[in-house]
Order: sequence, then C-alpha cells, then structure tokens
Amino acid sequence: MKGPNNTGRSLALGLGYFFLYAPIISLMVFSFNDSPLVTSWSGFSLRWYGSLLNDDALLSAAWLSFKIAALTATAAVVIGTWAGYVLGRMGRFRGFALYVGMLSAPLVIPEVVLGISLLLMFVEMRGTLGWPAENGTFTIWVGHVTLCMAFVAVVIQARIRDLDRSLEEAALDLGATPLTVFFRITLPLIAPALVSAWLLSFTLSLDDVVLASFLSGPGSTTLPMEVFSRVRLGLKPEVNALATLFILAVGTCVVLVNRLQWRKESESK
Amino acid sequence: MSDSRYAAQHAADPDEFVRVSDLVKIFGDVVAVKSVNLAVRRNEIFALLGSSGCGKSTLLRMLAGFEEATSGQIMLDGEDITAVPPYRRPVNMMFQSYALFPHMTVEANVAFGLKQEGVDRAEIHDRVFEALDLVQMAGYSRRKPHQLSGGQQQRVALARSLVKRPKLLLLDEPMSALDKQIRQKTQIELAKILEQVGVTCIMVTHDQEEAMTMAHRLAVMTEGQIVQCGTPQDVYAFPNSRFVAGFIGSTNLLTGTIVVDEPDHVAIECAELTRPLYVSHGVSEPLGMEVHVSIRPERLVVSRTQPQGEYNWAHGMVSHMAWMGSYALYQVRLDSGKVVEASVPSLQLAQSDAPGIDEEIFVSWDADSATVLAS
Amino acid sequence: MKPPALRDWMPSNRTLAVAPPFLWLALFLLVPFLLVLKISFAELQFGIPPYTALAEFKDEAIQLSLHLRGYILLFTDSLYLATYLNSLKMAAITTVCCVLIGYPMAYYIARSSPAVRNVLLLGVILPFWTSLLLRVYAWVGILRNDGLLNKLLMSLGIISSPLEIYRTDLAVYIGLVYAYLPFFILPLYANLVKMDLRLLEAAYDLGARPWQAFWRITVPLSRPGVIAGAMLVFIPSVGEYVIPEMLGGADTLMMGRVMWNEFFNNADWPMASAVTCVMVLLLLVPLALFQYNQVRQEEAARGARA
Repeated sequence: MKGPNNTGRSLALGLGYFFLYAPIISLMVFSFNDSPLVTSWSGFSLRWYGSLLNDDALLSAAWLSFKIAALTATAAVVIGTWAGYVLGRMGRFRGFALYVGMLSAPLVIPEVVLGISLLLMFVEMRGTLGWPAENGTFTIWVGHVTLCMAFVAVVIQARIRDLDRSLEEAALDLGATPLTVFFRITLPLIAPALVSAWLLSFTLSLDDVVLASFLSGPGSTTLPMEVFSRVRLGLKPEVNALATLFILAVGTCVVLVNRLQWRKESESK
Repeated sequence: MSDSRYAAQHAADPDEFVRVSDLVKIFGDVVAVKSVNLAVRRNEIFALLGSSGCGKSTLLRMLAGFEEATSGQIMLDGEDITAVPPYRRPVNMMFQSYALFPHMTVEANVAFGLKQEGVDRAEIHDRVFEALDLVQMAGYSRRKPHQLSGGQQQRVALARSLVKRPKLLLLDEPMSALDKQIRQKTQIELAKILEQVGVTCIMVTHDQEEAMTMAHRLAVMTEGQIVQCGTPQDVYAFPNSRFVAGFIGSTNLLTGTIVVDEPDHVAIECAELTRPLYVSHGVSEPLGMEVHVSIRPERLVVSRTQPQGEYNWAHGMVSHMAWMGSYALYQVRLDSGKVVEASVPSLQLAQSDAPGIDEEIFVSWDADSATVLAS
Repeated sequence: MKPPALRDWMPSNRTLAVAPPFLWLALFLLVPFLLVLKISFAELQFGIPPYTALAEFKDEAIQLSLHLRGYILLFTDSLYLATYLNSLKMAAITTVCCVLIGYPMAYYIARSSPAVRNVLLLGVILPFWTSLLLRVYAWVGILRNDGLLNKLLMSLGIISSPLEIYRTDLAVYIGLVYAYLPFFILPLYANLVKMDLRLLEAAYDLGARPWQAFWRITVPLSRPGVIAGAMLVFIPSVGEYVIPEMLGGADTLMMGRVMWNEFFNNADWPMASAVTCVMVLLLLVPLALFQYNQVRQEEAARGARA
C-alpha cells in the first residue's frame, strides 16, 4: 500500500511547525536581549528577569490570575464532567439538542459576547438584588467557569464514550448503586482525562483577556489584563521575560504529562 | 415441542426456579423479544441458542436487569424481580468481555461485590479466596487484569460472579473470547465447576457445540422467539422445524406426502426419492398432507450393494467427497437429482472399500433415523 | 444529587440528575443573553442603570417601549455595515487559510506511526497551551517596521525599505491564522485518525490511484472533522478582539473592537447590546451548522457503539 508522499509531508509539516514555533522562539531569544529596544540585539543579559521580580503590579496580577485559574479549573471540572457524563451516558432525552447547543455555545461564541452579556446581568442583579456588590474575583470566576466547562464537557464526553459500558454494568450487577459506580468505577477510569481537563481550564482562565476585562472590578487586575495594557503601548522586554518563563513552565508540564500518559498507555498494552 | 406447551406441561414443576412469562422488549419500532415463555429448574444449566440478532442477548440483559421489560414477568425463586434494579437482584452475570475492573487487583475485583453487601473484612477475605481456589487463580490475587491471559481473566470473572452466591448466574457468550483450541476443554471445566457449586445458570451462545456440551437443556431462539426447547439430545434428534433441524448440526431435508398414517408409523411418498420413506413414529398431520422430513448425515449408510427392503433407500452417484479427519462427508446426487450428504466414519472407510467420486452408490437409513418436522 | 448510570434507571430522579449543569448554563448563558436582547431595545439615559426600562407601569397601564435607535443606526450607518461585512470576510479568509495549511498537517500527522504521531501532536498542542496573548505579542515584534522580519529581509538584501505589515489587515490575518490553526487541526485530526485505512486499501485494490482515493474517499469521510474545525475557527474569529486590536490598523474594522469600544469608550450599553444581538444573529447560521454537525457526530458515535 502506498504511504503518504514524503516530500509533500516534509514540506507541509516543516512549514507548518516553523510557522507555529518561530514567534515563540523569537520571544524567548529576545528576552535575553540587553537592549530595551526589544528587537535590536545589543548583548546577552538577564536584567529583564530581574526587573520582573521587582514588578509588584505584575506579580500581584499574576497571583490573582493563578488563584482565579485554580478556582475556575476546579469548578469547571466538576460541572463540566457532570455535563459530559450526561451527554455521554444518558440516552436521548427531551431537550437533548438544546442541551448540546447550550453546551457548545461557549466554545465558539466570541468572548466579547459572553463578556458583555454576563456583565450586564451582574449589573442588573446588583440593581435588583444588591448582589454582587462589586465586580471582581467572583464575577471573573463565573465567566471563566462558564467558558471552561464547555471545554471540559467535550473532553470528558469523548473519554466516557470510549469507556467500556460493560464495566459500569458489571459493577451494578455486583450490587453497587449508580452513585457508587460513578465514584468507584467511572471516575477512577477517566482520571487522566479529568487531569487534562483541569489543566486545560487552568490555562484558558490564566490566558483570558476579554472576559476578565469585562468582568473585573477595582483592584482585581489579572495578569493578562496587565500584560495587555502594557503591550498596547509598544514592545516591553519584561513581557518577553515573562513569556519565556511561562512557556518553559507550561512546556515542561505538557511534555511531562505526555510522557507519563504515553508510558501508562504502553504499559497497559 | 413449543415453549408454551412445555410450560403448560411443567406448570407444577416443584423444581422450577426461574420463570419467564410473556416477556416482551420493544426498542422504538423493533420488537427484540416477542413474548417469551421459559422455565428453568434449580441448579440447571440452561442455554439460549441462536444467531446474532435473535434476541437472546436482550433476553439475558432483561434477566440481569440492564434492560427494562416492555411487558411480561420474571420470577426468581418465587419472587417477582421484573422491576428490581440490577444492583438489588440476586443475579450475577459473567460478561462476554469479562469486564474486570482494570484499576483493581484480582482480589479487589472479586471482593467488590461482597464489599457492596457490607460483609465484614475477614469474611470477604475467606470467601474471595474460596472463590479463587475454585477457579485455581488464588496465586494471582495481586495481579491486575491486564497482566492475565484471556483464559485467566475468564476464571477471575467467573469467581467474581460466583462469590456472592447468586440465585441465578448468567453467562454471556462465555467462550467467544477464547481460542478454538482451548474452548472445548474450558467448556467441560466450566460446566463441572457450575455443577460442583450447584448454581442455576442461564447462558447465551451462538455456538451450538457449546450449548450442547454445557447445557442440561437448551432453547433455540430466532427473531425474538423461542422455537424449540428441550434437552440437547431431544432437540438434535427431534427438531420441530426446518429451522431448528438446519440450525443444530446439518441435515438433509426432504419433502413428501403422507400416504400411510398409523399411530406408530407413517409412510411418505417423496418425489426426491424413488422409494417411499418409512418413519417409525406417529405424526399429528393427516393423510395426504405435505410434510418435511429431516435425516441427519450420520444416519445415512453408504454402500455399493443395493439394500434390501421396500423403503428407506435410494440410488445415486458420488458427486463430491471431503475428508474431514474423523469422518468423510459424501455428497451424493440421487437419481431424482436431489443432492444429499452422508457422513461416514473413517473407521468404516478403512475397513471396507470406500466409494470414490463419480461412482455409483446406494444410501439407506433406518426407520427411526428420519424425523417428520412440524414446520 | 445522583448521577445516573444507565438510561433506564430512576426516571423520576433523572431530571434531577441531568439538570444542574443545564441550570448553570441557563443562568449564566441564556439569561444574560436575553438580558442583552432586552437592553438592545432600551434607550441611553444617565444614572444607574444607564438604560431605560423595557416596560413601565404608568397610569394603570403597562407601557412597552422598544427603542430601535440602535438597530436603525446599525442598518443605516455604512460604518457598522462595513464592519460586519469586513468581520465576516476576514473570518472567512482566515478559515480558508487554516484549511489550506491545517488539512495537510492534520493528514500527515494522522498517517504517521503512533510514536511519531504522539510527538507531532504534542507539537501542535504545545503552542495551544502557551498564552495566546503572549504569542500574538511575539508577532508584533516580528511584523513591526523595525521588527525581526524586516530586519532579516533587509539584511539579506531582499528588500531595501521595510515592509509595512504591522497595523494592517495582513498582520491581523497572520495573527488570526496563527491563533486558530490548532483549533482547526485538532478536530480534523481526531476525525482522520479514526478513519478505517482498509477503505483506502479496498480503493487501491479496485484500481484507484492515490490522488483519486484521497479525493473520493478520505476527503468526504473527513467532512464532519473539517466542518467542526472550520466552525471553531470561523465563529470566534468574527468577534475576535485582542488580535485586531494588537496587530490591526485603525481602519481594520472588526466587530469585536466595535463592541468593546461601544461598551468601554462610549458607555453606550444599548448600542453595544444591539451590536451584540445582530452579531449573534449573523452567527446563527454557522452556529446551527456547528451544533448540527456535533449532534450528528454524537449520534454516529452512539450508533457505532450500539
């Protein structure tokens, strides 16, 4: 049988990956540039990393972002797994199409739409119920969870579809109630997917500019908001340093998780 | 015999343990199970035999509780379990894929059911190892399912389904995942274990050899209904229809008209044979009626010399011969043009002068070798 | 709350089991959008809230006032119309580019051996996990007049004066394609990798050449994956804000920027709401296509498993 064309393959993949990685590499290289003019190389230096450590605004924004991201990821995984399970295991029920529709909306709808809608709702709630008193961590969290749960649902649903139904049936047959089955059989077996979903939500929340901008309040500036406001004004070498640290951290995590999963998969074969 | 006649005859059977009455399952507009009636005795191994799509798996799942019956009733040991959820039924199932929990050890797998019952730890340990000893897997208690071979996984699955001492054990295509070589040995071994433990068992299979080897009684299913029910010998020797005759083993089917109708014998004029058929049992069909007759290949005797007697033989030519090892399968084209199959044991072929292809030959059979089919 | 295990179990608790995620979405997706709809019919006013009420109880009558200023402006002002059309156009071109670049990549990854495939896939996913904001920022550094691309091209002598790409539509296209490429590749890859290669073998056996087999078999079978990926690129691109804001010029008209500006800069909530509603309306067709494709794939997967 003929395999795919080798030159075509090298060309497509080579150019594609170059396109994907050139900007990332350039970011990282120029974080070590001594010159404040980011793109004019004047020598190797770690000064921008140093100035990062003294940048209080950036650091406190980072801390807030991490907090929100962790809270978002946890909530999104709980709600999203629930939704993914319903879609993956329950048969057709009335309103199934509506359910699927509402669940896939956050995946595709432009974030400005979501941001404006949620903000307006919070304002309205403030007017009629007096709560939430001001926008901030809570409102950003709500927005992020709404966005991320859709992604979690997709991931979990795909995993659950692949899960052998007879395992759950066997557990029922042996006397376990549906609740026990979910917690003792289903969840342990989809655990890697849960971890992926958590990490995905964490990343999405950490990176979001639009929703955070709409839903934040006084004193709740997130990292992306801070970065965005700075880069609107031009190139900033501290941002390069931040980017490099970020990319290295994420890159290491992703590769590690991938290696672990790959090893686990080969083991069970 | 049809299943309702059977049920009526055994209505007052004191040994009856499982009773399925008029069970129906409809999926959308597909009727998967059409009003099935069944009675299984205590400690009996009962097989549901049928090809895929005949409804046997659906029936099994209803017995386990994974499908809700559209209508009908299931009685187990005098109790109506039709609406009882699977985790409350005293029924356990061994799945076709074994469904061992991959994230638990063998011991944990077998202990799972007992844990759900709230049995205390010491007793769980004893019973788990008792079950593992029964299937000779006690030494593997710490392994995980992916570290076991197919046969070993099957034993663990069996132990897991027996450890709770269920009133009814269900087996879903128990041998389908095993290689053909070890299938026969495993079938006998499994049947022995079940008899030793003394559990009522209903199994589902498409392999007639499996059903005949393991079951005390079997039911042939097609299109959602049971068409015949009885011991393997009865069903094989006295199929009630062309379907059952052809489904279990192979057979030669002839069509003819009844010309002599007596309580203890009938004679049938058959266009496909030059001489009439003489069958040594009475039939309920009247004189002059067209009937179908089944004669198993192993009951046809092959010889070069013309047999004596007026009935039950025919003349023809060997059109094909296949050597099957322990027997040879002859395809004989009779003078009427009809092709019949005769299976001749190798021993006989070795002792006499075996006819070859294109040679003239006579086939004959006993009066009790033919069965008149009801449909 | 009990999550059910099998569909036929505990029918009375079933709604209980299905409902909570639905409730979250209803509360934080549906209700807000209905609110936006309502406000789009309101009129700007000073105070809190900065818009009029839809229905007022006055003189023992309920007066419904639907202010259409926003909508009328949208449909008559050529700038708004141009922005809508431009958004759609840019999203469409971005989608086409993603298909042209992403399809071959997804295809070759899917056809690689499992170990290679894993690494290649990791290569696509890694950028996806790193911050989009930072990566778009990287393009600023590359595309500026004094940026890397120009520096490189000038030092090689290919051009003598810098290419003006930064702050033009071209930069936005580059940014959009860059950002959304993984969104196209991943669903398409998921589809291609599940394709039964024996279908291709059967085609070759029947005399088809590789190119024919590709067009007649692989492409049609990959349609659901292509649609899913294309919609995942197209729909969000229409309302994209960050990329046009960072890379585009003042004349790069995109809906996301308009909505942001109406809201933050002009504080005209009814206007922003009206713009939002019309945008969602515009996206209804691709949205419906996406949902339909999702449900179809749901059912196909369910069917295959039955």
